[in-house]
Amino acid sequence: MNWVLNNLALIGERTLDHLAIAVPAIILSFVLSVPIGWVANRYRASNGVLLWLSGSLLAVSGLLYAIPSLPLFLALPAIIGTGLRDPINVVIGLTLYGIALMVRATADALASVDPNVEQSATAMGFSGWSRFWKVELPLAGPVLLAGIRVVSVSTVSLTTVGAVLGIESLGLLFTDGLQRNIPGEIYAGIVLTILIAVVLDGILVLCGRLLMPWRHAAAPKQQAPTELVVNA
Amino acid sequence: MIEFRSVTKRFPGGTVAVDDFNLVLPSRKTTVLVGSSGSGKTTLLRMINRMVDLTSGTIEIDGEDTSALEPVALRRRIGYVMQNSGLLPHFTVIENVATVPVLNGVPRKRAFSDALALLDTVGLERSLADRYPSQLSGGQQQRVGVARGLAADPNILLMDEPFGAVDPIVRDELQQELIRLQRELDKTVVFVTHDIDEAFLIGDQVVILEQGGRIAQVGSPSEIMADPASDFVSSFIGADRGKRALSIRHTERGAVLVDGFGRAAGVLVEGVAVASVAVESEESTSS
Repeated sequence: MNWVLNNLALIGERTLDHLAIAVPAIILSFVLSVPIGWVANRYRASNGVLLWLSGSLLAVSGLLYAIPSLPLFLALPAIIGTGLRDPINVVIGLTLYGIALMVRATADALASVDPNVEQSATAMGFSGWSRFWKVELPLAGPVLLAGIRVVSVSTVSLTTVGAVLGIESLGLLFTDGLQRNIPGEIYAGIVLTILIAVVLDGILVLCGRLLMPWRHAAAPKQQAPTELVVNA
Repeated sequence: MIEFRSVTKRFPGGTVAVDDFNLVLPSRKTTVLVGSSGSGKTTLLRMINRMVDLTSGTIEIDGEDTSALEPVALRRRIGYVMQNSGLLPHFTVIENVATVPVLNGVPRKRAFSDALALLDTVGLERSLADRYPSQLSGGQQQRVGVARGLAADPNILLMDEPFGAVDPIVRDELQQELIRLQRELDKTVVFVTHDIDEAFLIGDQVVILEQGGRIAQVGSPSEIMADPASDFVSSFIGADRGKRALSIRHTERGAVLVDGFGRAAGVLVEGVAVASVAVESEESTSS
């Protein structure tokens, strides 16, 4: 415990480093997955080239997750020309993993929207664009939220892998703690990683509540019993 | 006036939903398209606001060919009420009602105050304005659906089995409300149903459809009942059986009308104003 108390500043710094990698990766995964997932869902029920496109988007994005993380973090600098220890490599790598999970979640989320409601929106005179933003995306919200929560937790935990390459995050606390045999440092890394995951998850749930108030509206009031008029 | 001219709809699979369909729907009247499933009635309705595109033929609204109009703009000037209300579950009641005016660029504040007034029109309390659809009963949702269909003050109101999913008591109530509204508002209403009783109750003009959108008969309810054009029509409207096949039975106390089930359905009163006939027949049924 002494190690922790003596190194609060270092722990704080590593926590911020960790967030600086994980949070952009989570946001990017979401933002990039929405259009890809939209295309995948849009052409799921079509045929020919478009069906093939939809199927391959889902398959290829899903397979991204099969790439082992350490080689990916090593290969990215060679591909995009960044430095080996640049945190941007980890952000990009984690974004790819996030996309792997989130594209299918987005396609499923959009497919979960009640077709009657979509038709009704069309009949009201929503154009394609406004229908997507005002009707389909909000109504896909619950499933999107479930997807991004998984991405968030998985990204926070995978961020630690960068430590093997010396990229700063809470992961460095375990690698350093292991090398120097300081249990307090290892535990601090683990506990804080979990804590970040829990806090981000809480923030996502809260955003969901604020953005989707209709889901938490009180149950319908019991109808007042119909008055019976009895003739005496 | 809405006019269908040799309208044909062939779906990609090859199914012909409607073939060479011709019909004139008079302005400010309620036309009911009635038929069983597969009769193409919903397809016909949705071709009016271009939710479904025609394979061939034309539909004109007041002489204007709808295929020349931009579909989104066309839909915003035609009210649409569907089964299960079709309300947007993430919009409150007032937001739902004000949807089309807001899309048309009416300032939110004015659109919302107009929408509140519409809640009165359809018999809903203003206190429901901030509820979400899931917090309403089925009948209330359907009223909101009607208010939303009326919000942009369209000349035409399309109604696709709007009362199909509510219980019979609420349905009666909503039907009466619709008749009252139609008396006040004078819209051109196109109403789709599979329920012949509903068609006769609501329709000024009733169109009975056979499979594939073939017209079996067009006419006012009384024209159709008095002179069914075919066996299909008489069996569809139940003219030969049940509660519509009334016969006179002479009893010791006088003559009563008996329906096809042998139950006393009323008495025959000639030369009396319609309203008082209704009252009399009610009295005699309950006695």
